[in-house]
Amino acid sequence: MKASLFITCLADSFYPNVGESTVRLLDRLGVQVDFPEGQTCCGQPAFNSGYRDEAKEVAKTMIEAFEQSEYVVGPSGSCVGMIHEYYPLLFEGDRKWEDRALKFVKKSYELTQFIVNVVGKTYLGARLDKTVTYHPSCHAMRMMGIKHEPLELLKNVQGLQLVDLPFAEDCCGFGGTFAVKMHEVSAAMVAEKAQHVLETKAEILCGTDMGCLMNIGGRLRYEGAPVRVMHVAEVLWEGVREGVKA
Amino acid sequence: MSVKPALPLKERMKHAIADETLIAAVKKTTDRLEGGKLSSSEALGNWEEWRKQGSRIRSHVVEHLDYYLGQLIENVKKRGGHVHIADSAKEAVDIFLRITREKNAKSVIKSKSMVSEEVHVNKALEDIGVEVIESDLGEYIIQLFGEAPSHIIVPAIHKNRYQIKDKFNEISGENLTEDTPTLTAFARRQLRKAFLQADIGVSGCNFAIAETGSIVMFTNEGNGRMVTTLPPVHVAFMGMERLIPSFEDLETFVNLLPRSATGQKITTYVSVINGARQEGDLDGAQEFHLIIVDNGRSKILGDEEFQEVLNCIRCGACLNVCPVYRHIGGHAYGDVYPGPIGAVLTPLLRDDMETWGDLPYASSLCGACTEACPVRIPLHDMLVRHRARYVKLGLAPKWEQMAFKAWSKTFARPGRYKLSMKAARLMVPFMARDGFIEKGPLNMMGWTHARHFPSPAKQSFREQWSKLSGELKGGGDHE
Repeated sequence: MKASLFITCLADSFYPNVGESTVRLLDRLGVQVDFPEGQTCCGQPAFNSGYRDEAKEVAKTMIEAFEQSEYVVGPSGSCVGMIHEYYPLLFEGDRKWEDRALKFVKKSYELTQFIVNVVGKTYLGARLDKTVTYHPSCHAMRMMGIKHEPLELLKNVQGLQLVDLPFAEDCCGFGGTFAVKMHEVSAAMVAEKAQHVLETKAEILCGTDMGCLMNIGGRLRYEGAPVRVMHVAEVLWEGVREGVKA
Repeated sequence: MSVKPALPLKERMKHAIADETLIAAVKKTTDRLEGGKLSSSEALGNWEEWRKQGSRIRSHVVEHLDYYLGQLIENVKKRGGHVHIADSAKEAVDIFLRITREKNAKSVIKSKSMVSEEVHVNKALEDIGVEVIESDLGEYIIQLFGEAPSHIIVPAIHKNRYQIKDKFNEISGENLTEDTPTLTAFARRQLRKAFLQADIGVSGCNFAIAETGSIVMFTNEGNGRMVTTLPPVHVAFMGMERLIPSFEDLETFVNLLPRSATGQKITTYVSVINGARQEGDLDGAQEFHLIIVDNGRSKILGDEEFQEVLNCIRCGACLNVCPVYRHIGGHAYGDVYPGPIGAVLTPLLRDDMETWGDLPYASSLCGACTEACPVRIPLHDMLVRHRARYVKLGLAPKWEQMAFKAWSKTFARPGRYKLSMKAARLMVPFMARDGFIEKGPLNMMGWTHARHFPSPAKQSFREQWSKLSGELKGGGDHE
């Protein structure tokens, strides 16, 4: 099986370790991974702010970059959600691009969804003796319908103690440009989320989306809270390495 | 009617966030309502099927609104009711004032009606010296405070019992305690007199049944029944779209509305009013008027992107799950309808994007509203559609328009993207500490007031790729 990594612009610049963990996990699962360098961003920041023409131009770059891929896998429900929900809309009736856009949509997956539902694995031989709490990102959960996949993968990590996050399904207040445009409300939302994370007393907060984790993690650090903030891919890969050692 | 809010959205939000009592009260109640909704909808079973059914019925009505309105009007008239159609808020008020004058009314008692809030009936009555009293407990409370509702279902959601006790004591000179039985008993004493002396009773209309010409009201306090049966004249305000075809369709909404609104399996009273008192009836008003209010609704008809918003049954479920609403309450939305539904509806009803076009940005687009809506209105999509219109109309800030143009030009070319990312990284060592930016230019964007910002990695993923791919067992392709 061959898959192309869709790194997302955020992980590319800020969290390359998320990309590395994703690639190594897929590789371990026997997936042959490549990285089309023509990719940039899914276009979501512009689309959600109302700039559809601008988003469409960038979306074309993505379609071209992944044209030859068998599967496209990204460590973000939000960015993959943008492709699934809105690419069909952006290219509707566009004779040159519509088919290409729909093909791209069809082969795109969020990472945990791909591992569990396409590769068909939930046990990765991982071990991590940590308490972990999980924040289900809104777009992964509501746009992509990803609910059980990341949890199943985490539950199959030996030694990992998964603790429930209170009000887990409440948005953390990131929302892309929302965090800037409406920063007062966004700040109140993330403060509440960070509070809930602290209540769990977990050592690690993990999630499927670096946008949300950047927001919550930034708040936790602002408060001086010693919680590690990790993408699910990083938790799993760290677990796999620990598992191999043990 | 071009109504402008007193303060800009950002200012309204800032004030609301700073009001800790308000936010605590709103959070407490929305949590309770949402919890109740989850357990009562689960107990019903097949919740998704009920939602689909609700959505189908409402879409069907809205698509054939002219037919069902005609049928409703005919059937109301058959039973001796008077039907009035108001194109605008002003017309609705004028119609009502005419009825008030004809009846020489001195006192009006109301049960809760969002449409009458929308057209501002109370103020018009007060201006001509007619006493108007809200009989829904929540509405009664905020009327005493001189405020507007801050929730569709729980109008006084933002007040706590201590504030209510103080207000009741202030108007009565009594020394009440803040426990619920004492407070409700006081309101009941006050309202009983009002029910008996009112010349006109005003109600809302949760649904109008086209086939029978009936008005359906869901209430919990019994005030709806009193308002529609005690005074000699009953006037119902109805949003033009609030129709269902037949009595059988009511079952779906008896299941959907109370569960979504308050988490109840059913409200204490479901009143179906078939016009005025008929010969042989023991009670009921002697005269019935139905005021059907358009006020911007017909402009939404035929608008592919927004017509579905007319399916709304005003349950307030989207408010209860909205993290933004829960942090700012209802008044910050600046108009009658708060929360996600308000952010979608207000710019449409007001037909004024310049004044109200920034409201749809008051959402993180988390989609909780869409998930909660019992008639499956894609609210978060509509918020984005509004934003696209706002931008197309050229109303977005100039700097933002330029920024997204530049962004698009850069990100549509991988080479430029790589260069710009590299340039951004070069700036960081001057600002970052220990991998994070704690102050600096991001302060201006509001980010670092509340959180730290990660500094970009020393080497981007794409710069690490060739080394990484060499280490892979599957020998990842180099491209």
